[in-house]
Amino acid sequence: MTTTTPAPGSPVAYKDPVRQALARRKARRDAFVGMASLIGFTIVVAVLVSRTPGWPVVQETFFNPAEFKDTLPGLLEAFLLNVKIFLIAEPIILVFSLLIALTRTLQSPIFLPLRVLATIYVDVFRGVPTILVIFLLGFGVPALRLQGVPTNPVFWGTAALILSYSAYVAEVFRAGIGSVHPSQRMAARSLGLSTLQTNRYVVLPQAIRNVVPPLLNDFISLQKDTALVSVLGPIEVLRQAQIDASSTFNYTAYVAAACIFIALTIPMTRFADWVQARMSRRQRAGAVA
Amino acid sequence: MSGLPTRRALIPALALASAGLMLAACAQEPAASSSSSAAAATSAAASAAASAAASTAASTAASSAAPAASSAAAALDGCSPENLTLVNPGALTIGTDTPAYPPYFVTDDPAKQDAGDPASGQGFESAVAYAVADKLGFTKDQVKWTVVPFNSSYAPGDKAFDFDVNQISITPKRQKVVDFSDGYYTVNQAVVALNDSPIAGATSVADLAKAKLGAQVGTTSLDFITNVIKPADKPFVYNDTNDAKSALQNGQIDGIVVDLPTAFFITAAEIDNSKIVGQFKAQDGGEQFGALFAKGNPLVTCVNKALAALKDSGELQQIQDQWLAGAAAPYFTE
Repeated sequence: MTTTTPAPGSPVAYKDPVRQALARRKARRDAFVGMASLIGFTIVVAVLVSRTPGWPVVQETFFNPAEFKDTLPGLLEAFLLNVKIFLIAEPIILVFSLLIALTRTLQSPIFLPLRVLATIYVDVFRGVPTILVIFLLGFGVPALRLQGVPTNPVFWGTAALILSYSAYVAEVFRAGIGSVHPSQRMAARSLGLSTLQTNRYVVLPQAIRNVVPPLLNDFISLQKDTALVSVLGPIEVLRQAQIDASSTFNYTAYVAAACIFIALTIPMTRFADWVQARMSRRQRAGAVA
Repeated sequence: MSGLPTRRALIPALALASAGLMLAACAQEPAASSSSSAAAATSAAASAAASAAASTAASTAASSAAPAASSAAAALDGCSPENLTLVNPGALTIGTDTPAYPPYFVTDDPAKQDAGDPASGQGFESAVAYAVADKLGFTKDQVKWTVVPFNSSYAPGDKAFDFDVNQISITPKRQKVVDFSDGYYTVNQAVVALNDSPIAGATSVADLAKAKLGAQVGTTSLDFITNVIKPADKPFVYNDTNDAKSALQNGQIDGIVVDLPTAFFITAAEIDNSKIVGQFKAQDGGEQFGALFAKGNPLVTCVNKALAALKDSGELQQIQDQWLAGAAAPYFTE
């Protein structure tokens, strides 16, 4: 019979020990077959690729172990600049874009100029390529030589990324806010909450939970777009890889830089997957699978 | 129901047609090099595929005119247009980057003084290229120019040009993957700064230790900063010299390192309130600009003969005096 006592009143799923044993054996068998298949497939692919006529040249040019070892320390040091940029940019993007999204959801007619401004901002900065914004701000604004305006290229590169990404993330937030059922607002109204209180206690908590996966997606995208700041001069990982590659004509440096980005992105994507799985589990809680 | 078989056949037919188009496009690619720019690729592919018939007709017409014109220039043994291996037979294809910077490429057009026109024959490298072409027996019309980004010119691989002139310094690393002609100009590096820059008064390399210096990526100027000047801050590296000049004007960097003729042009014509802080003494035997060829291109020997002839006759020095008439710039002390 069942090994755990069910809570009183909850539906009981009958767990047959025979079926459970069979299921465990099947799961073990499936895992074994899957692993064997994966290993076999990898071996076949590796053998086929290494036998192709062009492989030695490709390996020498793109996957050269000596070059990889030589360039990796310099690339990691340059990557610190990328890390700095996105760690500074991301919180500012989240706050700024939330403000924009909330502005666009304001209902009162007196806020029409603000809504129009927010809409124009989102349209413009989603329409313009990020690298163009970086050029405009990074070279254009310092050229004005205004008093008190910083000229540091890292500053303007980060500012351009913030402006560009806030437009995208604002739309994500707006979608999240729209995904909260209108009955929530009506229920809040019936409880006597003002608009601000409704947003703060009812709508936003649900909205943000709904859009955590796309937000993580945009964060991962931001990590990669920090490479665009290299056009303004600072040496970050892409520029360092370019300097290495153009002096030795071996493109392993680019592959190494790609590996660094992937090494950073994969934990984030797995974390995003876990968050999403946990949310769906919670939303399905209580339902019989 | 008669429509159904047609529709069933349509999708595979479309797939086959698009695959065929892609294969046809790829088949034209080997004519261009993988390491040249899209413009060079399209120009080479267009000339190879679309105008193959037209160019052979033009080259037969041109080469019948050429022997008459170049009989005086047949002093170079075995180096006339008929027996040279050329990328586009009948024409000499020379590569350079865009924008083509003065004083190496100059244009008459007053509206475009910041970039030169290679085909005008004006400017130091343009003049040298046409002089070499003339010595090889090509007329001015037989010289074709193609755009090749600086960084892909000295990268290994097939080339869509016969040779490239773009202020490319001969370095041992580059010589491993491409071929160079003999040098046609000895170049010194120089520092350009605004008049109110912190390093405007620098007189020695040590004075530059705290400077924020900029240079174009992949250039010997950047190597110079890293290996010779060795400032405390990392250099600022730009995609091209124009970005470096913008950063200099914005005050984002204290100075840029470029070759001396470029430095003269920048300070004389491009950036107001700028000066050449100084030039560096030649290191390790000095740098020379050379024409760049694909590895193993037999054209190198003929171009070297042409350059030797130009040097002997004094024509090269004449061209240098005409376009690179330099005033002196102070040398940095160690």
